[in-house]
Parts: sequence; structure tokens; C-alpha cells
Amino acid sequence: MKRNAMIGYTLAAALCAGPAMAQELTGTLKNIKQTGAITLGFRDSSIPFSYLDDNQKPIGYAMDICYKIVDAVKKELKLDKLEVKLNPVTSSTRIPLLANGTIDLECGSTTNNVERQKQISYTNTHFLTASRYVSKKASKIGSIDDLKGKSVVSTSGTTNIKQLTEANAERKLGINIIPAKDHAEAFLMVETDRAVAFVMDDILLASLVAGSKAPGDYVISKDAFSKPEPYGIMLRKDDPAFKKVVDAATAALYTSSEGQKIYDKWFTQKIPPKGLNLNAPISAELKNQFAKPSDSPDPDSYK
Amino acid sequence: MFATFDFDVIRRSLGYLFLEGMTFTLTLTALSAVGGIIFGTLIALMRLSGYKLLGRIAGLYVDFMRSLPLVLVIFWFYFLVPYVGQWVTGASRPVSVGAFTSALVTFIMFEAAYFSEIMRAGIQSISKGQPAAANALGLTYAQTMRYVVLPQAFRNMLPVLLTQTIVLFQDTSLVYVLSMPDFLGAASKVAQRDGRLVEMYLFAAVVYFTISCVASFGVRRLQARISIVR
Amino acid sequence: MSYNWNWSIFFEPAPGGTGTYFDMLLSGLWLTIQTGVFAWIIALVFGSVIGVLRTLPSMTASWVGFAYVEFFRNMPLLVQLFLWFFVLPELLPRSWGLWLKQLPNAPFYTAAIGVGLFMSARVAVQLAAGIASLPRGQKQAATALGLTTSQAYRYVLLPIAYRIIMPPLTSEFLNTIKNTAVAITIGLIELTGQARSMQEFSFQVFEAFTAATVMYLLINIVVVTGMRFLERRLAIPGYITGK
Repeated sequence: MKRNAMIGYTLAAALCAGPAMAQELTGTLKNIKQTGAITLGFRDSSIPFSYLDDNQKPIGYAMDICYKIVDAVKKELKLDKLEVKLNPVTSSTRIPLLANGTIDLECGSTTNNVERQKQISYTNTHFLTASRYVSKKASKIGSIDDLKGKSVVSTSGTTNIKQLTEANAERKLGINIIPAKDHAEAFLMVETDRAVAFVMDDILLASLVAGSKAPGDYVISKDAFSKPEPYGIMLRKDDPAFKKVVDAATAALYTSSEGQKIYDKWFTQKIPPKGLNLNAPISAELKNQFAKPSDSPDPDSYK
Repeated sequence: MFATFDFDVIRRSLGYLFLEGMTFTLTLTALSAVGGIIFGTLIALMRLSGYKLLGRIAGLYVDFMRSLPLVLVIFWFYFLVPYVGQWVTGASRPVSVGAFTSALVTFIMFEAAYFSEIMRAGIQSISKGQPAAANALGLTYAQTMRYVVLPQAFRNMLPVLLTQTIVLFQDTSLVYVLSMPDFLGAASKVAQRDGRLVEMYLFAAVVYFTISCVASFGVRRLQARISIVR
Repeated sequence: MSYNWNWSIFFEPAPGGTGTYFDMLLSGLWLTIQTGVFAWIIALVFGSVIGVLRTLPSMTASWVGFAYVEFFRNMPLLVQLFLWFFVLPELLPRSWGLWLKQLPNAPFYTAAIGVGLFMSARVAVQLAAGIASLPRGQKQAATALGLTTSQAYRYVLLPIAYRIIMPPLTSEFLNTIKNTAVAITIGLIELTGQARSMQEFSFQVFEAFTAATVMYLLINIVVVTGMRFLERRLAIPGYITGK
């Protein structure tokens, strides 16, 4: 009954719209058009990808990319006005909240892998980073094996905590793994000696160290838990029309000089709120990726 | 001991803490209390309605909610509400519900279980003669409840309802697990950004303590006044 | 509902290498019970002392009891856990704080003590009310028989008061178990925490939370049944044996 009525409405709408609307909108695009709003998921402390500035507004490299996508969506839908709603997410909540429609795009530092691709989709990769750990120089942790029997923190819901859990089981390290809500909290556990190390993507570790009270006290490991893995902005699965728009927008951004400009703004120049400069010029791999954008989850495809 | 403390971090973030954080917390508390009391009263009426099935359903709902930790319920609802919205409205995809709305729905549904028990006790405290008299005067069941029983039950239970609202005010801090910007969430965001956990959490504790203390003092005064009047 | 259900997920191996997702949840359940019981013991001990203090004739004693209860009742549990976990070690002398922080099971002890003290205030209120509800004659008769105040409490007042407050204590015990879930915020991976990690690893949100919900319901049923049995065993003939 209901379905028939719905089809009726849709037909009526299609007829009224006439030839102006050649193609019926579906999924996320349809929803954005109807509500005139798009919701971006942001992170508290994924510096410099997505984090809060001094006024507690989300900013960052991934946020900039997302705003470019928003512009493209606006243009695609020929909207005069598109309201951007912001919703905080954590590593733990981002995938369920994307799946249940609370957010439309997740703008952060989410690792793109095969397993997650079964749940959600990614647009073109915006960064490559490997999973390592940070510890205090004073605790003299030279390798992953030195973590044996110690308390190690990682952020719950990340690929990193999973890799740590797996390595812990495989190598019988007997590490006491503490899950933290977000990166800043996890890093503070190392700063306050509650955990000896924090396992996370190296770029995030580097920015946390740089922003800490005594950057000289910390060392980021040579040992890695993973190869450099791609980061992507997440969107819902099985929504080809929306993905097409998003992919086209990111590809256009990365292949143009603007991609490099946005990258430099966040990685080689001073960033708010503390005026840090991460001094992390673009890697050769990411440069290749920008020239030929892809959403591949395979780390080897970026060599 | 306090030499290494940076109390300035509190002063610098006061605006954010109160204008955004505390506003979020108080709005959530007030709306959830109103919603929870309304929904809770409905549940209490269902339980006392005399219809076996209706009473059973209401009783199960209350027992169910009261067996679960609020943290788990908060996760449940944050992830589930959009699907429920989709089901209710018959939309083709989950309905986008914002963080605040989701938290509000969670607290209304959860606290209603507790408010309903209070309202049930309040309704039962009204002597049987009153509804009987109302009935004799020709009032319908709805009118009896609306004009005779509920106003008195609500009045008698006001102190308890308010005490539960103070508990609710404290419970809203749990939206921290979802990174929402309530008062504690705001304090923790500042704390973590500036590495000033000690200062910010102590400050948050003092603020919650002061508000709850003053509020419970007020409730005690009210209780004393009500009991004298009777 | 556009969600891919997969109930067989419970029998798939979890990344911890120690078994299936179901085992993961079971270990969470076990930790929830352990933390809850440990916290409950603390709540009972401290709650009893404070509850008694509140009923003593001494002004100082009742003031201490009052201040204690107000202190623990007027702060959210989450904030209290943060104070114990993040703030306390920083206020102690450095070496003590370091020792505290590097305890291997710091979240467990913090949760048990934090939840225990939080609940002790409620136990104290219940017990004080229980003692206050006893007829004055009980205390007077005990005094007349030559019992000291502590003997009167030990042999006369407390045994009856505890039995009278059995029903509210049952629900406070259940509250204690439920409140351990708040410790998810200080890294305790109890039942809710395991359900959350299962969600993160497997992406099967609703299966994970459904299983945790069922387990909490089971805890409730077991505790309520057990306490009913205990209440009946301990009921004082001819006395109000709870509603």
C-alpha cells in the first residue's frame, strides 16, 4: 500500500518536474536536495586532518577537502544554498554513524582498507601513513618487542588498535592494551606515564608530539605495525551517484595545483591553534597518487 | 603542589564551557525532564489502567530500561534512532538525526522508566475515594485523571521528580562517550587540547557539585514547604 | 531496515587471538561481574559506616555523614572516575602517582573504588533510613539491658535494619553493576566496552549491542532471583518483609 503510494508520488513528481530533471536523483544526493543540507562528520583531535581550533570549530586538511566536495555537490544539484551541518564523531562511532545516515561524509583520518570497504566506501586517497608508536625517550623502548608486558594505549575503533591486538596475540607480547576515546586522550596517557607507548598513524603521532609541552621528550618508533596505508574520506556504500560526484570533485582538486596548495597549507606552514609547523612535505607516493587519484585500499598500489 | 597549575586555561575557556557546554547540558536536561515526565506519566497510567496487556507492556518496558546501563543505551540509540525514524516515516533511507536530538530521545526514553515509577507511586498515593467521587460526578476516566488525580500526584511527587531531574542533570555528562559538546565534553576537549586534565576536571567537578548542591538544597526547602502546607 | 544482519558473527574469531567474538563478550561479562562485586563490597563497607554515623546522636558524626553523602551524590559518576583516574595521581607525590598509574590493572581498581564510593553514599542513605524506621523502643530497650551504643548497633539495630532494607539494597546492587559501564571512559573493557570493540572490529553494531543487552538482562534476572531467595530466608517473622 505504502509502497504504491510512494511510487505514485515519485511518478507525479517526475511528471511535474518534466524534462528539466532528466535523471532521477537517488540516495544521498536526493536527500541533500530535499533537505538542503549536508552533514560532515569531524574529529576532535586528528591534527592536522580534522580537529578543533581555538574557537572549537572543526578545521583541517580533510575539512578543507570536504568543503571542496560540498561546493561540487552544490554545483551538481544546482542549489543556491547548501547548509553544512557538522557532527562530532570518534573512531568508534564514525562507521555506524555514516551507515545510519547521521553523517554524509566523514572528514578525518580514516584508514582505507578492504575490510572496511565491505561496510562503507572511500573517495580518493588524501594521505598515506604507517602505524607506529610514540614513547618517552626516557622509557627506552627500542622496538616493538620492548613493549612486552607493558601498558600500551591506542584509540578505540582504529585500525591501529586492531593491529596492536593482533600483534600482541601473534607475538605473545602480553601487552596490556588500553583503549582511549580519541587521540589527544591517548597521547596524554603517555605524557602522564599511564602508558609507555601510544600506537597510532605516524603523522598523527608527529603532530601530537609537536603540539605537546615538551616535544623533545618523545620519540616515534622506527618499527612499524603496518605499511603506509591510505586515508580516505568516507561515504556510504552502494551510492554510485554520490560517489561519482565526490570522486570527481576530489580528483579535480588533487590533480590541480590547488591540491598541493591545500596540502602545503596544513603540512608545511604554521597551523592553528598553536602555530605549529609540521614540516612534512608531500611524499613521492602521495604525489603520484595526486597525479593519478585512486581509492584503492591496497597499500602496495601506492608505491 | 598547585605551583605547576595553569588556572588561566579555565579563564580562557569560560566562554566556550558555559555558552556552549553548559547550555547544551541544561537544554538537554530540561527537555529530557519534561519529555521524560510526560512519557513516564503515560507509562504509569498504562500500568495502572487495569488492562492486563497494556500494564504488562509498560511493566516490561520499565524493567527493561532499568536493567541496562545508560552508557549502553546511549550507544544503542545513537546508532538506532535513524533506522527507527526511517521505519516510522517510511522513508527509503535512514533519517538523519542530529547528535542533540539523538541524545534527547535517548534520555527521554531512558529516564521515562524512572519517572514512571515515581508517578506511579504518586498516583497510588491519592486516596481511592477521589476518583470514585469524580466518577460519581460524571467525569470520564480521562477527565478524572486530568483534573483530579494527576495534578495532585504531580504536586505530591514534585520533590522526588526534581531530585530525579538532578540525577538526570548529572547523567547527561555521559554523552561524553559520543564526543558531544556538553559541559564535561567541552571541558575535556579543552583539557586534552591543552594537556590540562587536572585543572579542567577539577573545575568541572566543582561546577557540577555546586549546581547539584544548590539544586538539592532548593528541593529540600520545597519539600519542607509542601509538607507544612498539607 | 537497510542493515546487514549477521548473527553468526559471534562464532567468528576475534582479532585478539583468544577466541571468538562470543568469548570476547563473555570475558567482558566476567569483568563486569568482578568489578561490580568488588565495588559493591566497598559500597557496603563504607556505606554502612557512614549510614551509622548519620544516625548517631553526636553532631560531628552526623555532620561527617552528611558531608560525605553530599560529596559523592552531587557529582556525576563519570566526573568522579576522572578525578580518581586522571587527577588524583597528579596531586600525589610524583613517585606515588607514578606507582598508581603504572599498576597493570589501574582501570579496574579505579572503577571498583570509584563506583564503590559513589554507591556507598546511596547505601548510607538507605541504611540510615532503615535504622531511623526502627521503633525507638528497640534502641531504648538495648540501652536498658546495659548494651553500649556499639553493642546496640551490632546486636540489635543493624541486624534488623539490614533485613528491612534488603529490597532497596537489591536495586542498589544492580545499579552498582550497571554503573561499572561508565568505566568504559577510563579504559576498562567490561561488557559494554567489549560490545563496543566487537562493533569496531566486526562492524556488526546491533548484534554486538543485542548480545550485551541480553547479558545485562540475565545478570538482572539472576541477581533479582537470588536476592528474593535471600530476602525470604532472612525475613523476620511478623515484621514488614519488604513490599
